[in-house]
Amino acid sequence: MSTNVAQFQEAAARVTADTRQRQFIRTALGNYEIARDKRKAAFQSWESARQAAALTKWEAVNHLDTHLEELVAKLEARGTKVHWASNGTQAREIILGIVAAKQAKSIIKSKAMTSEEIHLNEALEKAGFEVVESDLGEFIVQLRGEAPYHIVFPSMHLTRGQIRELFARELGSTSSDSPEELTMVARRVMRHKYITADIGFTGGNFAIAETGMISITENEGNARLTAALPKTMVTLIGIEKVLPKLADLALFLPMLATAGAGQPLTCYNTMYGGPRQPGEADGPEEWHVVLLDNLRTELLADAEQRDALHCIRCGACLNVCPIFRNVGGHTYGTTYSGPVGSVITPHLRGLQDWKHLSNASSLCGACTEACPVKIDLHHHLLHNRRNAATEKPAFLERMGYKIFGIIANDPLFWSLAKKFGWLTQPLQKLVMGTALDPARAWTKTRDLPPLARQSFKDWWKHRP
Amino acid sequence: MTVTLFVPCFVDALFPRAGISMVQILERLGHRVVCPAEVACCGQPPFNSGYWDEARPIARKVLQQLKDAEAVVIGSGSCGAMVKKFYPELFAGQPEAELATQIANRTWEFSEFLVRKLGVTDLGAHFPAKVTFHDGCHGLRELGIKQSPRALLGRVRGLELIEMKEAETCCGFGGTFAAKFPSISTAMGEVKCNSALETEAEYIVSNDSSCLMHIQGLLSRQGKPLKTLHLAEVLNHA
Repeated sequence: MSTNVAQFQEAAARVTADTRQRQFIRTALGNYEIARDKRKAAFQSWESARQAAALTKWEAVNHLDTHLEELVAKLEARGTKVHWASNGTQAREIILGIVAAKQAKSIIKSKAMTSEEIHLNEALEKAGFEVVESDLGEFIVQLRGEAPYHIVFPSMHLTRGQIRELFARELGSTSSDSPEELTMVARRVMRHKYITADIGFTGGNFAIAETGMISITENEGNARLTAALPKTMVTLIGIEKVLPKLADLALFLPMLATAGAGQPLTCYNTMYGGPRQPGEADGPEEWHVVLLDNLRTELLADAEQRDALHCIRCGACLNVCPIFRNVGGHTYGTTYSGPVGSVITPHLRGLQDWKHLSNASSLCGACTEACPVKIDLHHHLLHNRRNAATEKPAFLERMGYKIFGIIANDPLFWSLAKKFGWLTQPLQKLVMGTALDPARAWTKTRDLPPLARQSFKDWWKHRP
Repeated sequence: MTVTLFVPCFVDALFPRAGISMVQILERLGHRVVCPAEVACCGQPPFNSGYWDEARPIARKVLQQLKDAEAVVIGSGSCGAMVKKFYPELFAGQPEAELATQIANRTWEFSEFLVRKLGVTDLGAHFPAKVTFHDGCHGLRELGIKQSPRALLGRVRGLELIEMKEAETCCGFGGTFAAKFPSISTAMGEVKCNSALETEAEYIVSNDSSCLMHIQGLLSRQGKPLKTLHLAEVLNHA
């Protein structure tokens, strides 16, 4: 068993045994569902909106090359410096290069999952720079030295009491655990950082090819301050974030807010078109946009799973996933967790090392039903399983299925197998749930139904 | 009409009464029922585990046995989804591709067959009990079955249907998933059992015995009095 699987199983066992945490997550996501359904009802037809969004993303992804060229030309026309990064190492080098050239000391960041993907904070800190996350949830997990728990709600696993204790310990605050007071503590720290930071780093939600703009949506106003106050702005986005037209946002902004958080619109929606232009009063003097591939083009080459690049990182599939709800975000051990993470991580980080995430699903399809851009998520989990087993079959499992096939396809063998099972089940009962029980994985927590003395086929054969 | 009844392997071996009920219901409605002797399994366990080359011989046997069937009825949403939805994908580009699609189009899950094909909802059943219905995910999301079982239960005398909270959430069975990731599967099952227990129903009824096997396994282990029953057994209760 590779260490990734072992870690996953161990973490899953730990979290599933923690009924308090499971209930906490389930309640939070239950409230999300109520809010989301209310917002979905505000669409004339949510299903038509999904269809339209999927078509737009299909166009964007299937003609990614031309849309990217248009995006870059438009960005550069207003003085933005565009960088192409094939992988995480290149992206880190580009960003470290910019930071070093500016002789920067301090970097303020707004929320960006791509930066988690390339482990940017570690690289910057290792190179001696101070990095501060300005999204409240990200700020909290950064103080805890943790990865985000969820791609949209990074600290959803923590109670207000835990956050108060964290702030008291790390920041010396004496606030109560009211959300307002806790926010004020974080704000006092951050406001100072915005003013003193040399670099403002952001991610992006959408990149508009037609106008050469990056759209950033957020609820706290922190991304605006991050982009507006420091002299240099750096934005890292995956190449799949491209949308062809500005008008596409009319659908995608409310859709992202609805699917992601059950909001009509995210509070702040900003379009960045370039660095400060002559005659403008504010904005960064320089803007660098780093376009990250990091194996997205491999996924693009996979016609069957290409629609995984439709993902707008709304987190809807995580929110409805019964696996996510019961094992939580950290169990996955990946940047992108939940169903979409289980689909794309094997592509981004190696099929054999991460195929267990595709196996760790009941294939219930709740994710596919929730996905606003109609990614065929649970069928892709099945496709990953097929690809993994075809590439490197597990010997015993494969033999087991071969033997099962021979028995199932022969009425005599099938009948004998049932008889054998019926005769030996009293023995199995004696060792049920113990290490000697061949069905232990099942019987440790569940009873097995008894094999029928007369099977259906026996009844059918002997009926008058 | 001649109805070819496909009794899935685990129903054959573990829950024969569900299959017997289906035969009796269909015969009472005046149809001739045949059960191909050589069909045992639809091939879903290897298919869902990714072993499609090992699933094909099993599925091929099913196709051969069903090729002349007028209508195929399967008493499980999960196996029904395998034949209706996944056989065409499993045999895409293979010599059996067309046959797989033809058979998929002639195949019905049991409750859908009664309600949509035969147009029957009242089977004259009497079952005085409080029940809650569990939607198996394959039936619900792969085949879009939601109303048919409820239409049938709605006409059972004495039966009170109480919907559970989070009714569309998976019970955590998921085939081999239940054995490969037992802690997650069990946690999901606990959530489902709690939702069902909250309704204070006496029975959890489903059109999928595989989910019920999982739910019943947990309930029995915990000594809970709630019982599970296949839809066909309720509909066959006079």
